[in-house]
Amino acid sequence: MLQYILRRTVVGLLMLLALTVLIFTLLRLTPGDPIDAYINPSVPMSAADLVALRTRLGLDQPLPVQYFAWLGAALTGDFGYSIQRGGEPVLPLVLGRIGPTILLMFSGLAISVVVGIAAGILAAVRRNQFADLSLSTAAFVGISSPAFLTALLGLYVFAVVLRWVPAGGMLTPGAPFSVGDLLAHLILPAALLSIGHGALIMRYMRSSLLEVLSQDYVRTARAKGVREFWVIVKHAVRNALLPVITVIGSTIGIAIGGAIFIESVFDWPGMGLLMINAVVRRDYPVIMCATLLTGACVILVNLLTDIAYAAVDPRIKVA
Amino acid sequence: MTSLTKTRSAGPIRRAMSRFLDNGAAVAGAAILIPILLITLTYDLWWPYKPNDIDLLAMNQGPSSAHWLGSDGVGRDIMARLMQGGRISLLVATASMVISTFIGFFIGAVAGLGGRFVDGATMRFVDLAMTLPPIIFLLVLASIVGSGVMPTILVISLLSWPVLSRMVRARLLELRERDFVVASRGMGAGLWHLLVRHALPNTIDILVVYATLQVASGILLEAGLSFLGLGVTPPEASWGNMLNAARATHVLENYPWQWMFPGAALVVTVLAINFVGDGLRDAFDPRSELK
Repeated sequence: MLQYILRRTVVGLLMLLALTVLIFTLLRLTPGDPIDAYINPSVPMSAADLVALRTRLGLDQPLPVQYFAWLGAALTGDFGYSIQRGGEPVLPLVLGRIGPTILLMFSGLAISVVVGIAAGILAAVRRNQFADLSLSTAAFVGISSPAFLTALLGLYVFAVVLRWVPAGGMLTPGAPFSVGDLLAHLILPAALLSIGHGALIMRYMRSSLLEVLSQDYVRTARAKGVREFWVIVKHAVRNALLPVITVIGSTIGIAIGGAIFIESVFDWPGMGLLMINAVVRRDYPVIMCATLLTGACVILVNLLTDIAYAAVDPRIKVA
Repeated sequence: MTSLTKTRSAGPIRRAMSRFLDNGAAVAGAAILIPILLITLTYDLWWPYKPNDIDLLAMNQGPSSAHWLGSDGVGRDIMARLMQGGRISLLVATASMVISTFIGFFIGAVAGLGGRFVDGATMRFVDLAMTLPPIIFLLVLASIVGSGVMPTILVISLLSWPVLSRMVRARLLELRERDFVVASRGMGAGLWHLLVRHALPNTIDILVVYATLQVASGILLEAGLSFLGLGVTPPEASWGNMLNAARATHVLENYPWQWMFPGAALVVTVLAINFVGDGLRDAFDPRSELK
């Protein structure tokens, strides 16, 4: 088990390293001069100063040398300075936006896991009946409609027409902080974020449970006279959950993608909004740092999923 | 199925056709898709308004007999913009589908037929490209390439090929060991000959299905990018940047026809293409006849 974890960790780290190479190369292919990232635009500089700065920063060096210099700095938390925000250091800027994004994503994830699994169980147990058909249709629509459209519709229906919740932002400006205020702002974006992912989880849960329900041990449990409720909960669902755990982990990228659109529609002050603004203004240091952190998160979640899966399923330890 | 009275049974393409026509959802998808295509391609021949004609006397008007779907903030006809937007969206999706199918097939085929080293190198690169969530990768590419119709096509093509190249490679790894390919190699066939004469015909089913579904995904990606203001830029219309208008609160609240119609057009088109794609996938799979 330990060896398995170690091996997966090493692979994850290598992926991350390769990702830094990819992102560094991509962004150095961009139009514009990388030195812009280090200049405070409000301070005038002479050409001689620029040459001196270039030499001092190593931007006259060949690309591989520059890559290792950048990597070394990045490892110590130095990602350069933001262009769009008049020379603010990038790392604190990005780190400050992680909290709201994690809050939004985990709320969305929690809703999609709970609702998705419950709906999946219901649909499998009531196979081909009304509940199954309506849930499956809903899931199909949920998977097919893009996040920005459901976000707009949700905002229109619940915030504009019904006026149940505030129309955007994370807290009411000027009001003292309160948990109720935060929750009122959180509930709609989180619910909308959970649609795509929840529909996906529901589909996998349904097909996984259907497969388990046709297994011999389920028939045995029924033959022993175990009540149907306990057959489902204790024997079938526990076994059906295994593949669903992997799906939840490996589709985390979908949730991140959805979160970007949701943040943009709801003005949620998270990484997604920061990243969109950075792309619009071509603020490369911010893009680089945000992309790397996101990539690192995805790799970490995949790693944790693999480990959780190995911990739950004894057959994997052998591999 | 086709009648068995003939002495000669139907060929694989004809059988695939009949399987496709037996699939109700796929036929319905095609029945929705073909009118949409016809309308968007021919609208300027019969619709009185142009997508960029400004009419300051008819700003922000709701649907009426003159403007069927209403007008926008500078009095442009929503119906005309919707059809022109559909043309642009379909153009972006189709062009990026062609490019990404070409790249995906080529890289997948070279990886599958080119030997272990090439295979390992390209597939690790594909793994890497698939680590990042697609949207993040899309944003990074968009920041490099910029916005507009051509850059958007490029961004979507660059994002989409890895999935296809994986599927092509998997198919060709198996094909590579088959006798006719080994024989062809033994007689001195070069990589190009293998690609065109053996790889292409034997992956054509994957390519057709990928291409169909890629048009749907291209429409969604274009809409997503334009929605964020990074894809097709105004005044050119696209379904995505028509939705982008709704990010302004007063448009969202007061003029729902300005964004609901493009949204509906988007979902209907994507659903229809997906139905057709699923139908094609089943039609190309000979095993589906056994069910």
